[in-house]
Amino acid sequence: MTRSEIRPFHAARWSEPVIMEMGSPGRRGTVPPTSWASADAAGLVPAGLHRTEAPGLPEMSEPDVLRHYLHLSQQTMGMVGISLFGTCTMKYNPRISERIIARPYVADVHPAQDPSTMQGVLQIVDEFSQALTSLSGMPAFTFQPGGGAAAAFTHAAVTRAYHASRGELGQRTEIITTAQSHPSSPATASAAGFDIITLPVEEDGYPSVEALRAAVSDRTAALMVNNPDDMGIYNPQIKEWVDIVHEAGGLCFYDHANFNGVMTRLRAAELGFDACMFMLHKTFGVTKGGGGPAVGAYGCSEALAPFLPGPRIEKVDDTYTLVESPSSLGRIREYLGNVPQVIAAYTWLKAMGGNGLREAADLSVLTNNYMEKRILEIPGITKAFPEMTKRRLEMTRFSLGDITAETGVTAVDIQNRMTDFGIDAYWLSHEPWIVPEPFTPEAGEAWSIEDIDYWIDVLAHVVDEARSDAELVKTSPHNQVVARPNGAGLDDPERWATTWRAYQRKNGNH
Amino acid sequence: MTPLTPHPYMGNSTEAIHERMLAAVGASSIEELFEQIPAEHYGTQGETLPDGILSEATLELHVDGILRANKNTRDNLSFLGAGSWQHHVPAVCDEIAGRSEFLTSVWGTPSSDHGRNQAWFEFSSQLGELLDLEFVGLPVYSWGSAGGNALRMAARLTGRNRVIVTKAIDPERRAVIESYCGTQGSSRALEIIDLDYDAETGHTDLDQLAAQLDDTIAAVYIDTPNHLGVFEAQAAEITARAHAVGAEMIVGTDPLSLGIVASPASYGADIVIGSTQPLGVPLNAGGGVGGFIATRDEERYAREFPTLQVSITETLVPGERAFGLTLFGQSSYGAREEGNDWTGNSVYLWAIRNTVYMALMGPAGFTEVGSTIISNAHETAKRISGIDGVTVRFDSGFFKEFVVDFTGTGLTVADINEKLLAEGIFGGKDLSGDFPELGQSALYCVTEVHTEDDIERLISSLGKAVTR
Repeated sequence: MTRSEIRPFHAARWSEPVIMEMGSPGRRGTVPPTSWASADAAGLVPAGLHRTEAPGLPEMSEPDVLRHYLHLSQQTMGMVGISLFGTCTMKYNPRISERIIARPYVADVHPAQDPSTMQGVLQIVDEFSQALTSLSGMPAFTFQPGGGAAAAFTHAAVTRAYHASRGELGQRTEIITTAQSHPSSPATASAAGFDIITLPVEEDGYPSVEALRAAVSDRTAALMVNNPDDMGIYNPQIKEWVDIVHEAGGLCFYDHANFNGVMTRLRAAELGFDACMFMLHKTFGVTKGGGGPAVGAYGCSEALAPFLPGPRIEKVDDTYTLVESPSSLGRIREYLGNVPQVIAAYTWLKAMGGNGLREAADLSVLTNNYMEKRILEIPGITKAFPEMTKRRLEMTRFSLGDITAETGVTAVDIQNRMTDFGIDAYWLSHEPWIVPEPFTPEAGEAWSIEDIDYWIDVLAHVVDEARSDAELVKTSPHNQVVARPNGAGLDDPERWATTWRAYQRKNGNH
Repeated sequence: MTPLTPHPYMGNSTEAIHERMLAAVGASSIEELFEQIPAEHYGTQGETLPDGILSEATLELHVDGILRANKNTRDNLSFLGAGSWQHHVPAVCDEIAGRSEFLTSVWGTPSSDHGRNQAWFEFSSQLGELLDLEFVGLPVYSWGSAGGNALRMAARLTGRNRVIVTKAIDPERRAVIESYCGTQGSSRALEIIDLDYDAETGHTDLDQLAAQLDDTIAAVYIDTPNHLGVFEAQAAEITARAHAVGAEMIVGTDPLSLGIVASPASYGADIVIGSTQPLGVPLNAGGGVGGFIATRDEERYAREFPTLQVSITETLVPGERAFGLTLFGQSSYGAREEGNDWTGNSVYLWAIRNTVYMALMGPAGFTEVGSTIISNAHETAKRISGIDGVTVRFDSGFFKEFVVDFTGTGLTVADINEKLLAEGIFGGKDLSGDFPELGQSALYCVTEVHTEDDIERLISSLGKAVTR
């Protein structure tokens, strides 16, 4: 098809100072209420604990603070451009949800209020839990985990509690995962005290049943896998996998990071899994926030439900109450979790409905296949495991390795150059890289075909540039807020600075 | 099945575009695209969810109708704290955190995310000023999460696996810490040793600490103010004793107290943690929590951080600044199971709220809010203790929370809170279950938002409530 014309773009560029450099002595940005009490505050601080010097914070007026942060927001692309950041399922986040959760009946509810005063919150959390049950077959859910990684950790902790209850924790020391699992699966399992066995990907794009059999033993505590993986490849032997792990006495956890393409078609419980996890900030239309507040909704079987972190919501007659299970593992995080995000996910799900979910899944897979066809028409771009000829699901992993070999231009160079046209970064690949110079776009269901086409047009344009003017791409971005960091010093103890204070000291300005 | 009306959230939700894309990929049906999935894998048992509500007006009515059943701390008078505290949230915090760019960002490039990364750096920088510490990570899920991470950092730093943790701690926070430490008999678990507090003063039991400390201890962890509201007057002494056996000193604190109270760094605390919720984040039914971890900028500590953190750095253009992730390789993203614990989505949008809040407050704002809170709280405690049969357990040296003991009234906290609720007052959190040694006590929280009228109303209602 003919490419559309590449439109000029330039990011906002305010040359904004760091706030620590701004302001003027004595200026005020906000004035707290004065105390109505006569007590002298200084006399109330225990001896020896008084702060002797005021904190070195900026002194600015309210409009100056507002404008500074407006400038910073304008210097952030977010989803204002086009972002097809793979594995993170960039969806539309309906603003009606934001309006609702900002109201006092959510924002100003205290988690320790009597449950009788929180019936609305508890009803929504409970009804949303039931909706996830219908999508997964898992009868019990907790929303305490503050993200997908926290849900993986929850699974590791539930695994601990389950085997401890059977007197087998000392023996069940290993958790099996695959090279294509999210890094949080092995990392959380390790933090929970387990040894990790990582199965390598084989020629079909996933580890073989034989490799799994060889790894499984009476030491197996659990299996943690995603399916499809981040390459859009589905392991068709997954039921057999679950049976093998169950026979050995292990639990099976389904990381549903890539649920978008299979929602309404696959149910974790019917595939035999004991537990699964949905990321509400991805699949269920909740904002990313640059990295949370997020929710890793963790669901599990009846057998594991008693171990879930508390409190659990129970409906007695028409009243919702909070109960603690005696065998609960306690807490993964304080309170019920990111309740506003659960309410936003509930709202999104109500708007979508069963039919909308099905269409979204269909569109995410259809659009990915549409993208893949067009991307592979760009000379030099290949896909991971091309010998697996079946159609990919909602994502495809591509490789720019041939282009790098030809031009010296890398996946990171191209990613940076695309931002010069209002296209935000694509995802490369989690560790370990399976193909050279990987990139992983994910179309999702929200972006229009015009945006998808334009994304591909820009990619093709930049690949052309790599061949005609490699230096232009290697030194990109050129139309962005700032140039690319030169990478120097970020891991050097003499030079890194996570605070202005450290930066001043290390640069002799203290 | 294409719905009759294209869905407003989906750009390609029209029959024409479906057909166009199907033709482009050479498929005769959507089902063909799912050829990887064996037919016997399809779910058959789930209840089908009802069709979507396409009209935003109808949708809002539905959700609003459910949530109206909630009571909240704005329309009622609340004295609840205990891990989530009612403070004023400046309007500018809402405006900036609501910006679509911040609300929807994920991981762009350092250039396309420059503004957000700078805001994150300003979060760490301003928190560093309050804490008098130079190395600050991006926020973690909560104070409990920060506690769990900090104890594990200390275990790695010392090669020891026993940690001493104060008993004057929020049970919610303590339970999170237990999950992080793995106290259920798994391998590599940290052993938690309980450190008592003096029921007369609310301070740490130094004698017991002396008996517990030896060269097997990785860390001592206390909070100031602690869960019972009390500042730990002996924090410097505790720190010195921990250091004497080679243990790390971890101190949890409320950043809103740091305008009037010295940072734990001033007496040598090694890892300082706490809650970010007081810094411009609404209660959110418990979804407002966040945590921070900070240390001196020493390589030994920096290399143990489990978080992501941004560093100021240079670009390819001489003299130009940018912000990049530092020590990314030691995170779980960079090193999978070999990394320091694990990280992922956290509460980074709250870091935007926090940084705006700190910038608005400035040094004077922190000094003033700290003074107002401590004065309001002490005066309220004094007035409450004038009620017959009611005492305040630790009557000075606290910040915004204090323990009100109703044992002398012959009533339970539950009875009293029920009566208060009938008058539109959320009484303090009942401590009788978690801290039986305090009898029928409740933890009351008073902050800058409470007016004298509020307190008079409380005193009047309490007076009636304790009269049987």
